[in-house]
Amino acid sequence: MTQAEQPLAVELRGITKRFAGVVANDDVTFEARFGEVHALVGENGAGKSTLMSILAGLYRPDAGTIRVAGEVVTFRSPRDSIARGIGMVYQHFMLVEPFTVAENMLLGKEGQGTWLETAAIEREIDELGRRYGLAVDPRARIWQLSVGEQQRVEILRLLERGARILILDEPTAVLTPQESAGLIRTLRELAADGFSIIFISHKLDEVLAVADRVTVMRRGRVVASVEAAATTKHDLARLMVGRELASFVEHEGEAPREGTGPSPTTSAPVLELSGVGAMGDRGVPALTDVNLQVREGEILGIAGVAGNGQRELEQVVTGLRPVTTGTVRIAGRDVTNCSPAEISAAGVAHIPEDRLADGLIPSMDLTGNAILREYRRPPIARGPFLISQAIASFADRLLRDYDVKAPNRHVKVRTLSGGNQQKLLIGRELTGSPRLIVAVHPTRGVDVGATETIHAILRAQRARGAATLLISEDLDEILALSDRVAVLFGGRIVGDLPAAAATPDRLGLLMAGVTTQEAGAAVHD
Amino acid sequence: MSEVWTTDFLTAVLAAAIPAGTAILFACLGELLAERAGVLNLGVEGMMLMGALGGFAFCYWTDSAWIGAIGALAAGAAMATIHAVLTVSLRANQVVSGLALTLFGTGLSSYLGRNLVGKPAPDRFSDLAIPVLHEIPGLGRILFDQDALVYISFVLVPLLWLWVYRTRQGLELRAVGERPEAADAMGLSVTGLRYAYVIVGGALAGLGGAAISLGTNPGWTEGMTAGRGWIAVALVIFAGWNPARAALGAYLFGGVEAAQFRLQSIGIGVSPFFLNMLPYLFTILVLVLATGEAARRRIGAPAALGRPYLREERG
Repeated sequence: MTQAEQPLAVELRGITKRFAGVVANDDVTFEARFGEVHALVGENGAGKSTLMSILAGLYRPDAGTIRVAGEVVTFRSPRDSIARGIGMVYQHFMLVEPFTVAENMLLGKEGQGTWLETAAIEREIDELGRRYGLAVDPRARIWQLSVGEQQRVEILRLLERGARILILDEPTAVLTPQESAGLIRTLRELAADGFSIIFISHKLDEVLAVADRVTVMRRGRVVASVEAAATTKHDLARLMVGRELASFVEHEGEAPREGTGPSPTTSAPVLELSGVGAMGDRGVPALTDVNLQVREGEILGIAGVAGNGQRELEQVVTGLRPVTTGTVRIAGRDVTNCSPAEISAAGVAHIPEDRLADGLIPSMDLTGNAILREYRRPPIARGPFLISQAIASFADRLLRDYDVKAPNRHVKVRTLSGGNQQKLLIGRELTGSPRLIVAVHPTRGVDVGATETIHAILRAQRARGAATLLISEDLDEILALSDRVAVLFGGRIVGDLPAAAATPDRLGLLMAGVTTQEAGAAVHD
Repeated sequence: MSEVWTTDFLTAVLAAAIPAGTAILFACLGELLAERAGVLNLGVEGMMLMGALGGFAFCYWTDSAWIGAIGALAAGAAMATIHAVLTVSLRANQVVSGLALTLFGTGLSSYLGRNLVGKPAPDRFSDLAIPVLHEIPGLGRILFDQDALVYISFVLVPLLWLWVYRTRQGLELRAVGERPEAADAMGLSVTGLRYAYVIVGGALAGLGGAAISLGTNPGWTEGMTAGRGWIAVALVIFAGWNPARAALGAYLFGGVEAAQFRLQSIGIGVSPFFLNMLPYLFTILVLVLATGEAARRRIGAPAALGRPYLREERG
């Protein structure tokens, strides 16, 4: 029987889900069959995890219908979804760490008596483990297991509960290559046994290795659903990033430098990273041997699919994350593992990814936020006192110079639009003419007008001679602003190209983990 | 000084330590259940006071200590329901809500109980010697010549231990306190379980209050729990969230309390103020030693203790 003849396991029609006004899923339609591995790919924030959490009963859709094995269902909680044979392995495992494997398997299991009986479940764990290559010690406590073993427990638990439809949310993100290969074998075996496997990923190599069909999401919508055999990594990368070549041509006209300021090829390096390594939040290496230079009057764009080390790179440069190997130099001075305050004082402006969490104090007014960088220095501070007149004129100047539109200086920052918040933040960070600007997604969630203003500000800073490290998932933005583009993949710099050579095709392939040589060959095909 | 070390004196102290510790023990077991479910309830003192008053009032009206005990359970449960609504449903800060509950319970019990102050107790839980067993030398007097509430606590401790560590429900209780996300994903109701354990915990605190107003000090006076609720909260940490160790701790405190009276009565020259201070000093020491994330993890604090759970935690 070919896959097309297999019955439909899951049918999602017209699913819409909003979080506090942000549309995470917009009229999404998705199908998966029994007996297939179906990959769901897309950038971070494309809505994959939200869609699958809806299928797992964790979130309720605002609109749309769910069919499981042909029947319309409504899930009020994960319990309903489990009862329909759906099981999800979340990115952050849903295991209780101090419990044993067997205890985790028993949690929430139907049909148990009052007393905990572990003997039967331990036998079952051994049996299932042998059958599907998921061996794990049932008496071990979760915290004693490796991440790969913990994942096996999650899968075993779903199998034991009788799940026929397994959803795995970026299951290989935390695995070693060997563990990943083992997992892929297990998933193929399960599909051959008639299970429906939904595999969320943005690693295209793996997707093509494991999947029968691939559905691509972008910005909350499904943009394509194709047979894996009939597509290429190149096509998928382009679908994910969503750039038509035509849209780049317009931007490339304005991208190159205007010839003002020092020439970046000869000027002094402001930021130098050599052999930098750092750990991610889960204790897995997130950056490995990163070598980068950003010179005066240069914007270096960092492209890459989210989760490939961008956040760690930002934090390493701004002193928010310890460097485990290598050195970070700013204007020739070694600032490796210096405090954020010292790095800021060395002339580094930081425009963080999440402006409301890491850049501004949303419940404080404009004035208070405007002086966060300057409040310890005269003229704002005089001894222990803050001088309100100096603060007012400082804040007014900042609002005027950076075109922040607000009713007055005393409104809370929370009430401003994203664009105005971002302009306020940028204005504050650029006070005092910093040498280095670390800008992360500087126009995310910002309207078109403010985006243009912010781009103009960054170009003006380049002309002044500032070095800029621009980290963005928006390829348009990277190409519009950068003099050079480096690509992060798996915590390594896999390409470092001058703007002229950085075509979207080439970057898309690099972002998918195809090396420079392969990328060159593919483009020339 | 030599008279302190006589068998008679020690037996008397230990026999008094058990009922004195029982009030703390009930409250401590109740708090232990709530905290195991991930909800810190600092309102124990207020719940105990309401339980003490409720117990005495119902006994006063019905002439039955048993109906009084039921009143105490209900009063404690009602108080705890307030905390559950605030912290589980409305996700208020658990520390603030608990402190407010203690202040509320202290004030409300003084107000409601103003006409009962000094009234004689028509009934109380008096000592029931268990046939044969109470004749065991020493041990018999300590363990088997006590009131009914003490015997209930003797049964409750092993029962709760089995419940927490050996039953499916106990596994669910611990899961909700350790990792509510996992419990939720496995189809358990985090809200339902937290409500249940906070309310049962409150009922036990109320019973602890009744162990004073219908047991060791029959009658009602304002603030008669005298900080025992706080001792119970500290004991939960000392006990490492284990019911058996909670009993040990409660009797230790009961012993300090009992020794203090007995030492005074035989004229040992220690300031009564100093002795009065001892339980609280010990409480502070326990809290200091058990503070800090690392220490808490090591002694087995539920990982999600104090953290409200909200499923759709997204932008």
